[in-house]
Amino acid sequence: MSEVLEKVKAIVVEHLNADPEKVVENANFIDDLGADSLDTVELVMAFEEAFGIEIPDDAAEKIQTVGDAVKFISEKQ
Amino acid sequence: MFDLTGKKALVTGATGGLGSAIAKALAAQGAIVAISGTREAVLNELAAQIPNSVPLVANLSGEGEAEGLIKRAEEALGGLDILVANAGVTRDGLLMRMKDSDFDDVLKINLYSYFAMCKAAMRGMMKQKSGRIIGIASIVGVTGNAGQANYAASKAGMIGFTKSVAQEVASRGITANCIAPGFIVSPMTEILTDAQKAATMAQIPAGRMGEADEIAALACYLASDEAAYITGQTININGGMAMI
Repeated sequence: MSEVLEKVKAIVVEHLNADPEKVVENANFIDDLGADSLDTVELVMAFEEAFGIEIPDDAAEKIQTVGDAVKFISEKQ
Repeated sequence: MFDLTGKKALVTGATGGLGSAIAKALAAQGAIVAISGTREAVLNELAAQIPNSVPLVANLSGEGEAEGLIKRAEEALGGLDILVANAGVTRDGLLMRMKDSDFDDVLKINLYSYFAMCKAAMRGMMKQKSGRIIGIASIVGVTGNAGQANYAASKAGMIGFTKSVAQEVASRGITANCIAPGFIVSPMTEILTDAQKAATMAQIPAGRMGEADEIAALACYLASDEAAYITGQTININGGMAMI
């Protein structure tokens, strides 16, 4: 779990140019980290690539926080 | 100017008059071009005339075909920089005589396949943070035309769709534009009667039909790096037939 969290954090920091200290589990990509809707699409693409998984559109819509992403990815792996 | 060396392009409807001219022009500027169409023999013949081209047989009215075509093109070319959605059909008739299937077929092939291809192509273009979507619309989508309600709806649909896509992805280095050709010498206009041609010609200030190469030149420009700042536009190229 923590390994996934670290990897997700790194991707979020890189893609959103976010302050690493703000990228915590309950941080919302749009409300807290300044992402727009297209950024969230790109983030999901980056997660898919980094973890070698497929995130269907309906699941992608529900991934709104760092924790959501970690949870989904952990369950998939 | 307008150098496309090494760019990977897909042109649909490539066996048609406009499509083949666009495919040849992109290749002449240096692009590697995947050409798609429904007629295998004609497609292979065309591929033999275009250096570095890849023929991909596809019938865009089939389920999942449009999306599949993008994947096949990306695999064959090693990516996709330029999508020229040129495939289109007509099923002309007055509204009061228009069958539901005439409307559905035209919308499906002209508009729905455009949506499906753009959606599929967007993933790769987003990743590489560059891309060119070029939809071949029609003057009919801008002005309407009696007997072509279905075709006009599909082409106007392409124009509105393109504007929305352009807004969504402009910040990622991807442009989306439409070309709206007027009356062009092609198999699609060849079937018109002499009387129909004469009536149309009277409305063209330039006094002649357009050549496919003139459309192809515009496609090359829109596909080029030089056109990075033009997006969400519909470029009318029609000899002055409609000045918008």
